[in-house]
Amino acid sequence: MSPKKPAAEGHTNASKPTKPMGAGASRTELQRLVREQEVIVCTGSGGVGKTTTAAVIALEGARLGRKACVVTIDPAKRLADALGLESLSNSPTRIDGPWKGELWALMLDTKTTFDDLVVGNAESEEQAQGILNNRFYRNISGALSGTQEYMAMEKLYELHQRTDFDLVVVDTPPTRNALDFLEAPRRLTHFLDHRLYRVLMTPTRGIVKAVNIAAQAFLRTISKVVGGDVVGDAISFFSAFDGMEQGFRDRAEATLELLSDDVTAFVLVTAPRRDVVDEATYFAARLTEAGIPVRALIVNRMHPRFAKGDAGATGERANTFAGTELGGLYRNLADFQQVASNEEEHLAGLAERVAPAPVVRVPFLPSDVHDLEGLGLIAAHLFPR
Amino acid sequence: MVDPAQFFAASRVVIVAGKGGVGKTTVSGALARAAAMRGLSTLIVEVEGKSGLASLFGQPPFDYDQVTLARGGGADGAADVTARTLTPDDALVEYLEDHGMSRVSRRLVSSGAVDMVATAAPGIKDILILGKVKQLEQARATDLIVLDAPAAGHAISFLRSARGLLDAVRVGPINAQARDVLEMLTNPARCQVILVTLPEETPVNELVQTAYSLEDEVGVSLGPVVVNGLYPQIEGLDADPVAAAAAVGAALRTGEADALAHAAAFRNHRMALQTDQVSRLAEMLPLPQLTLPYLFDADLGPTELDVLARELLAGIEGLEAR
Repeated sequence: MSPKKPAAEGHTNASKPTKPMGAGASRTELQRLVREQEVIVCTGSGGVGKTTTAAVIALEGARLGRKACVVTIDPAKRLADALGLESLSNSPTRIDGPWKGELWALMLDTKTTFDDLVVGNAESEEQAQGILNNRFYRNISGALSGTQEYMAMEKLYELHQRTDFDLVVVDTPPTRNALDFLEAPRRLTHFLDHRLYRVLMTPTRGIVKAVNIAAQAFLRTISKVVGGDVVGDAISFFSAFDGMEQGFRDRAEATLELLSDDVTAFVLVTAPRRDVVDEATYFAARLTEAGIPVRALIVNRMHPRFAKGDAGATGERANTFAGTELGGLYRNLADFQQVASNEEEHLAGLAERVAPAPVVRVPFLPSDVHDLEGLGLIAAHLFPR
Repeated sequence: MVDPAQFFAASRVVIVAGKGGVGKTTVSGALARAAAMRGLSTLIVEVEGKSGLASLFGQPPFDYDQVTLARGGGADGAADVTARTLTPDDALVEYLEDHGMSRVSRRLVSSGAVDMVATAAPGIKDILILGKVKQLEQARATDLIVLDAPAAGHAISFLRSARGLLDAVRVGPINAQARDVLEMLTNPARCQVILVTLPEETPVNELVQTAYSLEDEVGVSLGPVVVNGLYPQIEGLDADPVAAAAAVGAALRTGEADALAHAAAFRNHRMALQTDQVSRLAEMLPLPQLTLPYLFDADLGPTELDVLARELLAGIEGLEAR
């Protein structure tokens, strides 16, 4: 079965200036991105198949003869499953297979990536150790939300910059805030610009006694709420960090530049349910605000339609023959026609918003994908075959 | 047989958790509505800001201030469903004001110090929200609080925040708050977690993982699991369309037999997979299950929500008394 275009049903969208790209042209356009881009970022809300989609895109890159690497941040290790790997490490693992190019994959280890970044920027071994052992740092580099996003972008930058991959595909974490991952690289530098940090560090850098009285009162209040230990840890973290800010700042800016560069393409992944489409629409709007175009929209889990025509007529036949086997068969067909119509209706606005980006639909698959064969099955819906 | 009113009254806070896309918010709404149908006034607490909860009830979006989503009263004696969004910033301001620090509260929030402090002790934002939930629970303003928890893996760290903070922050109000929250989370009479999944492989796997992590790492009591989106049964799907048409003297149009057969095969196949996943879930996780149907007809609104609420009530009545 192939993804179907919305069936013409009387009322067409007359106000639309350009005709939406057909299914074939959309797949060709998506394949062009995979052939030409250096970085592809898969974004979208949780549970829409982002991780799998990212893997399929990297696989297609390899099929087209490129050296492709997929980076996943998903803690559920679904990509590992999809690629049939026992585990992924923080450096890319090569996956062998019958493709022209190369396929590599890595599961992001947030903490190690952050540690590497600290060590790489530290002026001395001593400075690096001071930071790595600090409790405040361990909190930041561990489970803190936002760090994952930050490190994903950092890893993306590193892989793009320092290795010979032709294509790096990243799967973004399901963030609460749509653009967390874009803002992520600025997170730490945001702290460094933070008033509290400046209060702590100037003018005598690291000597708390020197801060003015107002700032002390402020600190006391914070200490009162969270306890003095926490504030003390923060202070010693920033003292240890002294001198490294510029390196981090530069790196954050360079990463953001890469994300908004033409070599990077953002692919929005969604499912056709109304609430998910609403979220994707919000997401698309925020990306546009940030000056980043959505270069393709991938819609997973589209229900098949099975027949032209609308659910109403089929439903009437189901009612006519209610109580018989034929009635059941019609009812079932009407159910799917109804769902398919609803799904297309939900998608219409989003497709228009991301136009001229191609919209590629992937039908509901018979079962979950957790091997290369399954990825190939999805690829046959995403790309021309 | 379990009386739904007793079921809902068994713990004053129900936390609904599950990975993104499984219908967690829909289930939160349906649970709240079900409890309200049995006369319990219910507050839904939402933490992510744009969950679609309001439109589910056919209401405009809401935020920190409490709004009514479904008014009770009437012949059936239903209670109100209310809702509000809790944010860490608002919760902190309120907390500080309640504790005689109103002068600094706005400044703390507006200067971004909350972000700073939240970095120093991760989980602080979560504990601010859970602390507020605890306060609402203790105030007994409503019979039941349904907390629509953050999606995916974040739910675990959200609920784990209390235990984590006890280690990170050893004194002061945050420590006290964490202690109180943990007490609420681990007391089955005050709080239970309802996990939501789809009858599909990956969501089922993740639900099982989450269930064990929550029990082991948080010590929270788990209520029944809600399996959402099961295709309802239809009679006649195994029949051959041509024979079925002949049996009632109907004529099929060109191509219709194929369309009917393919659609029937698709549904049969999906239903078989769903059944497999439901039994796999039962094997891996010894918790009672409540099921909700996949609704083909239209988008979810108040009418569909009530359908789901009644399904939940019927499911609860069918549970074995514990």
